[in-house]
Amino acid sequence: MIERAYEKYFRRNRLPHLWCPGCGNGIAMKAIVQAIDGKDGWTQDNTVIVSGIGCSSRASGYMDFDTLHTAHGRAIPFATGIKLARPDLNVVVITGDGDCTAIGGGHFIHGCRRNIDLTVVLFNNNIYGMTGGQASPMTPLGKKATTAPYGSIDRPFDACKLAEAAGATYVARSTAFHVQHLIKMIRDGLDNKGFSFIEALVQCPTAYGRRNKLGEPAKMMAWMRDNAVMKSAWDKLPDDKKVEGKFPIGLFYQAEAIDYDTAYEQVIERAHSN
Amino acid sequence: MSTARLMQGNEAVAEGALMAGVRFFGGYPITPSTEIAEGMAKMLPAVGGTFIQMEDEIASMGVVLGASLAGRKVLTASSGPGISLKQELIGYAAAAEIPVVIVNVQRVGPSTGQPTAPSQSDVMQARWGTHGDHPIIALSPWSVREAFELAVRSVNLSEQYRTPVILLMDEIVGHLREKVELPDEVEVYPRRQPKKSRAEGYEPYTPDEDLVPNIANFGEGYHIHVTGLIHDETGFPVGSPKVTEDAIRRLHQKIERAVDDIVAVEEIFMDDAEYAVVSFGGTARTVYEAIYEARERGIKVGMLRLITIWPFADKAIYELASRVKGILVVELNYGQVVNEVRRSACGRCPVELCAKYNMQIFEPEEIEDAIDRMIEKVERSGGFRAEGRSVNVEVISHD
Amino acid sequence: MKAEFTIRNERCKGCGICVAFCPKQVLAIDPLGKVYVADQEKCIACGQCELRCPDYAIFVEKVKEAGAK
Repeated sequence: MIERAYEKYFRRNRLPHLWCPGCGNGIAMKAIVQAIDGKDGWTQDNTVIVSGIGCSSRASGYMDFDTLHTAHGRAIPFATGIKLARPDLNVVVITGDGDCTAIGGGHFIHGCRRNIDLTVVLFNNNIYGMTGGQASPMTPLGKKATTAPYGSIDRPFDACKLAEAAGATYVARSTAFHVQHLIKMIRDGLDNKGFSFIEALVQCPTAYGRRNKLGEPAKMMAWMRDNAVMKSAWDKLPDDKKVEGKFPIGLFYQAEAIDYDTAYEQVIERAHSN
Repeated sequence: MSTARLMQGNEAVAEGALMAGVRFFGGYPITPSTEIAEGMAKMLPAVGGTFIQMEDEIASMGVVLGASLAGRKVLTASSGPGISLKQELIGYAAAAEIPVVIVNVQRVGPSTGQPTAPSQSDVMQARWGTHGDHPIIALSPWSVREAFELAVRSVNLSEQYRTPVILLMDEIVGHLREKVELPDEVEVYPRRQPKKSRAEGYEPYTPDEDLVPNIANFGEGYHIHVTGLIHDETGFPVGSPKVTEDAIRRLHQKIERAVDDIVAVEEIFMDDAEYAVVSFGGTARTVYEAIYEARERGIKVGMLRLITIWPFADKAIYELASRVKGILVVELNYGQVVNEVRRSACGRCPVELCAKYNMQIFEPEEIEDAIDRMIEKVERSGGFRAEGRSVNVEVISHD
Repeated sequence: MKAEFTIRNERCKGCGICVAFCPKQVLAIDPLGKVYVADQEKCIACGQCELRCPDYAIFVEKVKEAGAK
């Protein structure tokens, strides 16, 4: 009987999880606990997992930490409150493309701007899965959704560029195919003292893949394998090779900046010296 | 030892919250409540607390709920338009049973309304602003001193019953300046603590004898799960009719069974009163003046002042209606509390309304006039509700 | 036998990801929609199946040869 060390981070009595067969969320959730596993200063007692609403955000219920399943789009404000009230706690946010960039879009950019020390992992399945396949701000142009039956005409967000522009100090992307790479991207994000953002591209075979004739879950993952280009290679790629469908993965941005907790310590000092 | 200071109602709220143990404030600017945020921004860091100005009102609610779950006592403040936005997470706080105090310094609505003229038109919003069956506590002060006291009480009630409490101010009291003597310390209700360890099978939502659960704070090793979904004692969502019914019933009953503890009213000039005025908040100050003048003319009228708005003072109103000939409800809106008074009076006496919603506060003469008309009408109809229904005695705008 | 498998049937949803990414065609889905080891001899214990299983239902490890430390 083989049992992995990371299993202790799951509420095993609540498995199997509710995600559809072949859903990439399970891969991303495992990547998070594997990134946490063995990390100095990270225990199940001093780590809080905060999520919003949607398929991605059900992850918190399966993870054996203090966990908070908030309201749609609101994970980052709740997480900000936890981190400011208890700066000694580690706080990880799990969110989705609709949760983070539509209804929670305002909170997302302001979390980045403050450089509050959170690690935000966005499970990007390109669709609203829980409600049955409506277009999200990260549904690619031309792809079909129940609310875009003729193909989406809304230009999608690049959440990584958004995070960088808004002030996040660690920005990376990986996919459910590139599991080891995804774990590393998350682990490095946990190390960053400040707002870390990791986009994990995950397949939604049920609400997105089927409607867009993308095939079986494994075929959707093979598409990730065939179209993701490591950042270093992407940068050398001539523009005419950056064709539709190809996309970069890897660490996109990292910067040194004071995080919000540290900045607030200065406020307390100034208040005392007044 | 206590210190006397001249301060406005909003400042008194900040002082009271701080003394009650609030160490976290998240907010967004809006007149006429901003002085509360400004006071907290200045005072909190000096006591090791945290102030944060958020990107919007929803985030302000989210950030304080997160901080509350992590063990801090928390406050947020706004006015009507902002309170409308906060409703989503007021419901979350009710469902997940997170202590939080929300101050609403009311102004004229709907929508942006009349910034920022005084009003008392968010009474029903305070009760039913967020969706779904849920309990709420709302308190309304009539003086700067009482703004301080009720800020303390709001924090204590939110901790004791683990429920959102709305401190329903109005612009009159919020911006009123009075000399206040603040105590050096106040009675503080501490955060409820788990009575079992994780090994002993602790469940965060198992209610105590008072039907309130002792939910652990984050970061104390309990590994709890908190959700806005209907959940059982474990805190995890369950899609069963029985769990749903039990959960919603307990949310209500933890407040209903404590109604005598929560509901406070004040009777003024009621000993020999034949008629009563029911009012609350800043408006009750003008009512006081009007009653005083009416009594000078020999009219036996008194006031029942609502301090607790929600849960409603059903019992006090019923008893009042059983011993006076008529009740006049005076409120700075189109008529909200009057319907609750009529419901609670159970037809024991006529209930009339004196309403005003033109940006201006009441003049004592308007209320005195309404008292006279109410008495005249009651006496003309034989001293009792001849038609079994009431007609509004409305004080309309004069301009 | 080079590899040892643990399959948690109660977790498997039969999505076929492990079957598709197995480089040696070791795995298959049974008629009830659960994964099973069809040809264990071919397994090289590369772990690709375990790596991408979204349901934590399949685990594989290299078996140490007899006498080896």
